[in-house]
Amino acid sequence: MTPELGQLALILALLLALAQGVLPLIGAWRGNRALMAVARPAAAGQAVFVAFAFGILVWAFLHFDFSVQYVADNSNLELPWYYRIAAVWGAHEGSLLLWIFILNVWTVALAAFSYKLPEVFASRVLAVMGLIAVGFLAFIVFTSDPFGRLLPMPGDGADLNPVLQDPGMAFHPPVLYTGYVGFSVAFAFAIAGLLGGELEQAWVRWARPWTNVAWAFLTLGIVAGSWWAYAELGWGGWWFWDPVENASFMPWLVGAALIHAQAVTEKRGSLRAWTILLSIFAFSLSLLGTFLVRSGVLTSVHAFASDPRRGVFILAFLTIVVGGSLLLYALRAPKVAGGKAFQLLSRETVLLIGNLMFAVAAAMVLLGTLFPLIGDALNLGRISVGPPYFGFLFPLLMLPVVLLMPFGPFLRWGKGESPLLKQILLRVGIAAAACAIVAAFFVDGKLKAIVGVAALAWLGVGVLLYAYKRWRDVPRGRRYPGEMAGMLLAHLGVGVFVAGVLLTESLSVTRDVRMAPGETQHISGYDFRFDGVHRTTGPNWKADQGVITVTRDSKQIAVMHPQKRTYPRGQVQTESAVDAGVFRDLYVALGEPMDAGNIEGAWALRLYYKPFVRWIWGGGLLMMLGGFVCAADKRFRLKRTAAATAPVDLQPQETRA
Amino acid sequence: MPMNPTRKRRLVIVLLILAAATIATVLVVVALQNNMNYLLTPSQVQSGQASSYKTFRLGGMVKAGSIQRSNDSLKVTFTVVDAGGAMPVEYTGILPDLFRDNQSVIATGHMDGARFVATEVLAKHDETYMPKELKDAMAKAHEGKPGIESRE
Repeated sequence: MTPELGQLALILALLLALAQGVLPLIGAWRGNRALMAVARPAAAGQAVFVAFAFGILVWAFLHFDFSVQYVADNSNLELPWYYRIAAVWGAHEGSLLLWIFILNVWTVALAAFSYKLPEVFASRVLAVMGLIAVGFLAFIVFTSDPFGRLLPMPGDGADLNPVLQDPGMAFHPPVLYTGYVGFSVAFAFAIAGLLGGELEQAWVRWARPWTNVAWAFLTLGIVAGSWWAYAELGWGGWWFWDPVENASFMPWLVGAALIHAQAVTEKRGSLRAWTILLSIFAFSLSLLGTFLVRSGVLTSVHAFASDPRRGVFILAFLTIVVGGSLLLYALRAPKVAGGKAFQLLSRETVLLIGNLMFAVAAAMVLLGTLFPLIGDALNLGRISVGPPYFGFLFPLLMLPVVLLMPFGPFLRWGKGESPLLKQILLRVGIAAAACAIVAAFFVDGKLKAIVGVAALAWLGVGVLLYAYKRWRDVPRGRRYPGEMAGMLLAHLGVGVFVAGVLLTESLSVTRDVRMAPGETQHISGYDFRFDGVHRTTGPNWKADQGVITVTRDSKQIAVMHPQKRTYPRGQVQTESAVDAGVFRDLYVALGEPMDAGNIEGAWALRLYYKPFVRWIWGGGLLMMLGGFVCAADKRFRLKRTAAATAPVDLQPQETRA
Repeated sequence: MPMNPTRKRRLVIVLLILAAATIATVLVVVALQNNMNYLLTPSQVQSGQASSYKTFRLGGMVKAGSIQRSNDSLKVTFTVVDAGGAMPVEYTGILPDLFRDNQSVIATGHMDGARFVATEVLAKHDETYMPKELKDAMAKAHEGKPGIESRE
């Protein structure tokens, strides 16, 4: 009976979402306050019902209710309770429910904090959030019901995909979705601004922390996904340009551009139309990302489900969101645009170049990711675009961004000062050159590694110089407001990330080897001794576990235990063993026994020495931290806007326009 | 016409966008041309469709009993089959977890005589699920229709 209650709750939530999406819009249009006032209670009610449905699904998983198809498909009696909770978002239906649940959390927060905005504008923003919710709830209710029954009820369920049975994967989707969904706030702002025909700088200021928080969550989600792929897939790579990864990377790129564009619009009023366009794209790509991953629109190494019936709905939904908002943009953007002029050598110009590079990079990734679909449509055959396409273009597109980054903060809004720029150029240039020369001695003249060190010096010294300038010129207490500190942290993160990538790529040693027990492999000063394989068991798996003792100069560094797990339904999953360090990771994965069936004999093993690999995620975490610190800036939360304190203009918009 | 600041700014923006778009387009086309991987089945390769590609992806099922390991290295040979053809494959390295008899696989590599030398072998994570593009390609090969048209 209870699963049907969950279904009922979702239908009620859909009705409330319709009320939240339609009535306030009519109210804002006709100047009807009662209709506008529907937005907040409807949002709250919808959140309660969705939370209830989500709770019921969790409860069904915890109590092994295999009469629910989704539970039977994704869990079984042996699955530990924490993975049964993670299984809620382990496949298509449940992950959509998680998506809508997170959207509701954001909407309720938005409703609670938006009293400072003018009533008409806030109603429109909440209504747009409601319309998004309508799309997702309709998708769930009509095509992807997580509460569908399975009769007769099986005695035991199937299994959660073993690839997902990992702490990193349990927490990766909710974090990533929080980021995706967070961009809906910027989107709602853009649409509300277009509908009303105006977008005040104060409103953009109000929207900025939301975008920063969304972007920071997305960054964390991508870092977690990358780390998971590294540790769990057994390939030891940290990024594969897989469609699933690209799906989250595109909104990240556009989001990074949006953060900077919003800063320009808030401070100077210019680039308004561009900010709106980026808001639309960031959210559209988030939608695309959600569907690409969970709905099998593209087939990839780790896509989960494939149901073409849903494709039609997704396509229609995307068309309405992207097409509708772009149409609105075409009609209204000229009215919203405006702002102060800026000279060629100004902070605006540098930010605009960065923005363009991010946008082009996102378009490039989009083209490469969707190319199999395009090739299919044009009857070119079964084509996929290999990682070298991305690996060649992406660094090229980001080069100008990295080169310009130290100068951005030193440039003034509107106009530039070239003498100061020359000084900065000289200093970061000398620092980068000096570090490159020193590095050349340590890395055997490997060019990539040297460039990585030079890039870190270039960006790091740029950040330090600006931090010092603030220290010198600005009185204590006002030197590093959140916005400033966040920017410095994130830019430093870019440097750490670039260095990590280039150093890892050029200095890593990978060896696939056949090893008999007792044999030793020598890699970069480390001796890996293979001490054989034995059987072991976990809560719901059996495993062949290898023992590898790593020594350096006869001193023991680590004893590593890579596993090859077998899950109850026969699925095999490699668990690599990692000895982590700030400057290097040692990484071992089990291949297969050379003589099938004889696990005590020789094995195929994958041994890695990965210097600086952690800097990649460290850099990502610094960027994330930068996003949060920036969002915490008090400036974003202070005063009520003039428009909000003034009596609400109740005239219909038509007459104002 | 005098250049007022707004007009000048617009001109700069338009020029920037144009320059970026041109460079990006050229680069994207070059990179795409070098990195398009076609998916072919053994029968398509045997009918000569692979001759124009240096590297491509070979998709099909691992023939039961065809997996042969070397005694002293990680070299492994196996046969990939579809309804109308078979292709010997050679690979040196660690195979994915799901690699086994009758499993659908996609191998990336090149032809060396009559053998396919793979640099990467992928098997789906879900053992019952065959990649849609592979299923389509095999269905087309089965019907005897060429699924791949030449690039030009």
